[in-house]
Amino acid sequence: MGDIVSSTVFEPWEDARAEPLIRFRNVTKRFGSFTAIDNLTLDIYEKEFFALLGPSGCGKTTMMRMLAGFEHPTEGSIELAGRDIANVPPNKRAVNMMFQSYALFPHLNIWDNIAFGLRRDKLPKLDLEARVEEMLKLTRLEKFATRKPHQISGGQRQRVALARSLAKAPKLLLLDEPLGALDKKLRQDTQFELMDIQEKTGTTFVIVTHDQEEAMTVASRVAVMDEGRLIQVATPDRIYENPESVYVADFIGDVNIIQGRTSAVGDDTYSIEWAEGQRQLNATSATSFDNGQTCHLAIRPEKVTITSDRPEDADNAVQGRVHDIAYLGNLSTYYVELPNGTIIKAQTANTRRISRRSFTWEDPVWLSWTATAGVLLAN
Amino acid sequence: MTRLSWFNVVSLTLGFAFLYIPMLILIIFSFNESKLVTVWAGFSTKWYGELMQNEAFLNAAWVTVKVAVMSSTLATVLGTMAAYVMVRGGRFMGRTLFSGMIYAPLVMPEVITGLSLLLLFIGIGLDRGVLTIVLAHTTFSMCYVSVVVSSRLVTFDRSLEEAALDLGCSPSEAFRLVTLPIIAPAVISGWLLAFTLSLDDLVIASFASGPSATTLPIKIFSAVRLGVSPEINALSTLMIAVVTVGVITASLVSKRAMVRQKQEEQAAARVT
Repeated sequence: MGDIVSSTVFEPWEDARAEPLIRFRNVTKRFGSFTAIDNLTLDIYEKEFFALLGPSGCGKTTMMRMLAGFEHPTEGSIELAGRDIANVPPNKRAVNMMFQSYALFPHLNIWDNIAFGLRRDKLPKLDLEARVEEMLKLTRLEKFATRKPHQISGGQRQRVALARSLAKAPKLLLLDEPLGALDKKLRQDTQFELMDIQEKTGTTFVIVTHDQEEAMTVASRVAVMDEGRLIQVATPDRIYENPESVYVADFIGDVNIIQGRTSAVGDDTYSIEWAEGQRQLNATSATSFDNGQTCHLAIRPEKVTITSDRPEDADNAVQGRVHDIAYLGNLSTYYVELPNGTIIKAQTANTRRISRRSFTWEDPVWLSWTATAGVLLAN
Repeated sequence: MTRLSWFNVVSLTLGFAFLYIPMLILIIFSFNESKLVTVWAGFSTKWYGELMQNEAFLNAAWVTVKVAVMSSTLATVLGTMAAYVMVRGGRFMGRTLFSGMIYAPLVMPEVITGLSLLLLFIGIGLDRGVLTIVLAHTTFSMCYVSVVVSSRLVTFDRSLEEAALDLGCSPSEAFRLVTLPIIAPAVISGWLLAFTLSLDDLVIASFASGPSATTLPIKIFSAVRLGVSPEINALSTLMIAVVTVGVITASLVSKRAMVRQKQEEQAAARVT
């Protein structure tokens, strides 16, 4: 059973023998005195759906533009399928890009937009037509083939841009904030469509986004970037459940950060001194901490239980008052103020209707969580 | 629509009267029966007929059109290239100096431009004729073209060119297949502007022309010195007509393109 699982799970980054499709080796990119990319090393594997995630100005778009050939590394090298691509111009790279603005040619209709790249390859007429039709079908645009880009909706334009960049069957497809211009509902549908198309075509996708939900949904691995450096590269669930730094924990999703000092209790259990007059907290950690070391305990709000009575046998329990309630429909987040002023968020699923809810403003409540619920972080 | 106050009506009337009464008088008197330019003697189109018989004027008109077509075409090619480099070339050495120098002929006194061209033609031993007028007109109308084209290029979405490169175009293919079709309205209105400027020019042409070729404005100017004839009025009326059509077409072309572009941008913003 274990064998079957390990052979079907797609994890080339765990395989030491796998050859990466893209290899950034100590890449630095400077614009004048500004360092956009700072000595960055990264491997991306074939058939991956790789997300570059970070706030604007973190260098993610620069990385994508270097892959497309519009920017060149100041130092270091980028390899595509084992070949240094520093001197290959954009039109000679087996890489296509889907632009944030879609960059559809306004003077050509949808059919000609999709055929544009194929015509440059001097494809025979019949093959070209077949390929364009295939792309139209893949992106469900058959009905719009003769329209001009300004005669279709934003979601359709997004699909034209995708079809055009996929038409040449690139080894690598770059997507620059591909869903940024779409509204939320359409964005969610399109995310699944993208994953579907990526699976069908087997193309390696690299997506740039500042939307962490989007990155989590579509990607096989996520690289969290800040100020030109990679902060953490891991699968979405590892990024969420095992962040390696406070920055990543805070950037992805909602989190409570409690600062304190560790003292070892067992092999991998620690007690944390965190506030005057408060009981010590208990947490486990795979990484070891020295006694008295400053630490940050990161706990996701949904892992904190809120009760009106003191829970028995809880590893950690603190008392406070409901300071605020954020009602999201399906979920509610309770902002609980502890006696020392710290606010801790606890999230519950609203399985009951609002009139049956047990807590309201100023209610005294108990918050509890297990020793394994949080992650202990050094910085 | 707002109603104009009497003050605005008066100022509007005065302003336009100031601008157009001279031309209007010229047009009216081109249909004068009398040979005397200032005395009205009934309506007639006979001066237009006579104009058609005047070999010298027809020759000059032919030279003028030839010069205008050739110089505006040449100016459009050079001006578009210059505009492209200025807007797209990035920050190369001396870019500011170059872009300033492209626009300098706009404010240069025509006499000076004409004189310097004359000296150049004599210096390199070029016989003055159609060729020299074409060269001279290209020189001064090129900067107008580059102003028109570069103002369009500034608003041009750069990622369209990058998309063309990304899909396998060489830089020159990207220009030909993507940039040029999109900026075509600006290029066309630049050409029309250059054409009209060349048609109008007297000062520079009089420096660059020689005995073998004379343009219409020069011909009219020298004819008027011997006395104004109704024939000249007829000729001038025709020229006004040609220039008016040219200018209106140029502004229509660029306005339509602007409206279309705006619609497209709005459509793009209205993401559904």
